[in-house]
Amino acid sequence: MTELAMHAADRDIADTLCEQVRSAYDARTPLRIVGGDTRAFYGRPVEGQALQMAEHSGIVSYDPVELIVTVRAGTRLSALQAALAEKHQMLGFEPPMFGEASTIGGAVATGLSGPRRPWAGAARDFVLGTRIITQEGKLLRFGGEVMKNVAGYDLSRMMAGAQGTLGVLTDISFKVLPIPNATHSLRLSLNLNDALKKLAELGRQPLPITAAAWHNGELFLRLEGGKSSVQATQERLGGESLDPSFWTSLRDHSHPFFQLNDGQALWRLSLPPNTAPLNLDIAETDIFYDWAGSQRWVKTALDADTLRAACKAVGGHATCYTPHAQGGAVEPFTPLNAVVEKYHRNLKAELDAHGIFNPGRLYAAF
Amino acid sequence: MNILFDERLDGELVQRDKSEVLNDLQQAVPDMTLLHREEDLRPFECDGLAAYRVLPMLVALPETLEQVKGLLKRCYALGVPVVTRGAGTGLSGGALPLEQGVLLVMSRFSKILSVDPDARMARVQPGVRNLAISEAAAPYGLYYAPDPSSQIACSIGGNVAENAGGVHCLKYGLTVHNVMRVDVLTIEGEHMTLGAESFDAPGFDLLALMNGSEGMLGVVTEITVKLLPKPETAKVLMASFDDVEKAGRAVGDIIAAGIIPGGLEMMDKLAIKAAEDFVKAGYPLDAEAILLCELDGVEADVDDDCDTVRRVLEKAGATNIQQARDEAERAKFWAGRKNAFPAVGRMSPDYYCMDGTIPRRELPRVLKGIAALSEESGLAVANVFHAGDGNMHPLILFDANKEGQLALAEEVGGKILELCVAAGGSITGEHGVGREKINQMCSQFQPDEISVFHALKAAFDPKRLLNPGKNIPTLARCAEFGAMHVHNNELPHPDLPRF
Repeated sequence: MTELAMHAADRDIADTLCEQVRSAYDARTPLRIVGGDTRAFYGRPVEGQALQMAEHSGIVSYDPVELIVTVRAGTRLSALQAALAEKHQMLGFEPPMFGEASTIGGAVATGLSGPRRPWAGAARDFVLGTRIITQEGKLLRFGGEVMKNVAGYDLSRMMAGAQGTLGVLTDISFKVLPIPNATHSLRLSLNLNDALKKLAELGRQPLPITAAAWHNGELFLRLEGGKSSVQATQERLGGESLDPSFWTSLRDHSHPFFQLNDGQALWRLSLPPNTAPLNLDIAETDIFYDWAGSQRWVKTALDADTLRAACKAVGGHATCYTPHAQGGAVEPFTPLNAVVEKYHRNLKAELDAHGIFNPGRLYAAF
Repeated sequence: MNILFDERLDGELVQRDKSEVLNDLQQAVPDMTLLHREEDLRPFECDGLAAYRVLPMLVALPETLEQVKGLLKRCYALGVPVVTRGAGTGLSGGALPLEQGVLLVMSRFSKILSVDPDARMARVQPGVRNLAISEAAAPYGLYYAPDPSSQIACSIGGNVAENAGGVHCLKYGLTVHNVMRVDVLTIEGEHMTLGAESFDAPGFDLLALMNGSEGMLGVVTEITVKLLPKPETAKVLMASFDDVEKAGRAVGDIIAAGIIPGGLEMMDKLAIKAAEDFVKAGYPLDAEAILLCELDGVEADVDDDCDTVRRVLEKAGATNIQQARDEAERAKFWAGRKNAFPAVGRMSPDYYCMDGTIPRRELPRVLKGIAALSEESGLAVANVFHAGDGNMHPLILFDANKEGQLALAEEVGGKILELCVAAGGSITGEHGVGREKINQMCSQFQPDEISVFHALKAAFDPKRLLNPGKNIPTLARCAEFGAMHVHNNELPHPDLPRF
């Protein structure tokens, strides 16, 4: 592991973390789980004693032939990605990085995925196993370091996106993927309706597309796969070549689009594939279509109810990425219906009876 | 160890008189088919794990959601357990009935509700057969990727319950990766939608939790699956090896070359012979092992990959490499693999199929262990693997009519699973725990982990009415099973019948 140690400090502080959770459980002290603290903007603010994860870092095991890596939650995303890249592999879900301190634990806890998501899968799809600190401060193992495992409930995948509200993730095993042999990104001038039509048509064909976005009269596509197919598709689609850093800027919100004007909030609309443009009073330039149109970034002053009603009507939901900027008046996540909420509460009560894990981060009540 | 529900170890059940439950349900849901005569119940006494049979108290065959809801509400009120069943092809006894329970058969929910080619999704009822989805999507050039070997018969509801796999998992994922949304009825008869037609949904990922939960958390009533464009082409290479370990290493070499094959399967000599005798797949009978490597995608890439894989296989010591010349030969190569279980079934009066997974690097060591167990017990073992994802299906051959052979087969099976766990693997890759592997769960998980599973269950089904006795053992059962281990595997109460 010396080679990998170059990328990430190798330190196991799980025992200390367990101890801290035990004390918090006994004293009923709420904990705010912190990795690189780059994703605190996402979700509701948490009041609590910080449980610092960043020191719990390092790659526990990595066997490129098995396509599996196990990593401590506090490992920096950049370090993990560098270690994988050395073996010509990568995380399949292209996690967004909102700062150099960004950790893999935070990436999984928030469950966010980059432009590749519709084609490759989400964060949870690549999680094979986890170690979790439970409310009683016990370190337990779920899932494992094998590709297929249906023994017991799939707790590990459920941790992705639970934002630390059900337990503390300490170690995560992922399925990793080889970096494709060939890649080419391109841009085509196309109006919105033609672009959406084209994306539906391309989507039905076995083409090596791994990202598709539209903004301001241009369709952006990324092709990845074997050399032959990428070249053939490139020739077929034409267009101008696009710098691949475009996708990183979209993934990490460093693209100029993400600069907000006064009074605007940033929203993420998650909609079924092939959903027509929503009938909302938003300028076309204030919408960025990603995921072939299934994920839409929207800058608007419209209220939450209006946006959520429009999304709900087509089977989607809306997340506010700037709830703090609006004085905390907006719920970041779409409220759950009564039955689903009941089972969320039950689950939270079972796994975190005293509400010590990131209380209120997802919803006020749990 | 008796596989039948044992209240002492599996938890107490409410005792209800059959006629009382029958009357209650007939009144509450008058238009629902409810079987109660022994001759009508008999066909439902087992699933694909036919060695275990229990006659259910009643069998319900609802046709509408309202009926399912009505049934669940009454069972909840009466405290009567409900075991949900799809096509009954499961191999782990997940749909094994309970004497004091109602068997809820979802097979009449067999409609494909919609296929949307532009959104690449299909909405289906749980009783729809796996293969029927791909057939419905075929006119649009699309298909549903997970393809368990039983795909002509197994239902999608059961696939969700078991998180079913197949021969294309490594590249295309399991059921959990291909289901967008499920509609569920809780044990209290409440309706919930988990997941969404969008790529995510707010809240916890209960959709991930529902996949593979073996009917313990809710009853799935509708499923939205993702459809994929059919690969332009698929080509299969068959490589022969004079040594199983060499074949095992070749699998790793292919992955190391940066290739994710659509399917990567391995069979040992006994499995090859069985399959060849049965379907004449064109397998080499003199080989110790064969690898089937399917490469799919865009024609030009597949050709490049075939060349790479061929070179890797040669270097790995393959004695012969053959590429299927056409679609017919490709189908023939796969027919041998997909029919391996029934093929082995023809060689032996009975066989017992295991489903362990291991890190691939452990394959040679685990194979050696299996060979030793086979020799020691005198029972032949044929090995079939989803080699690409380390999922082994050792088939233990035995004759149930011979005194003690079933128990011996189960004992060998249990030891094979423990080998898998010791190698860092799992007792089940895709068949599920069900009733069959309930004791082996105690080797894979510690009591504290099992307690967390119980906590999850309690969040959805506090009265433990959905499929009790399956999937997650009680701590009492683990204590008993653990104690047995201490005693050199000598079972206590040797006088008790073990079916």
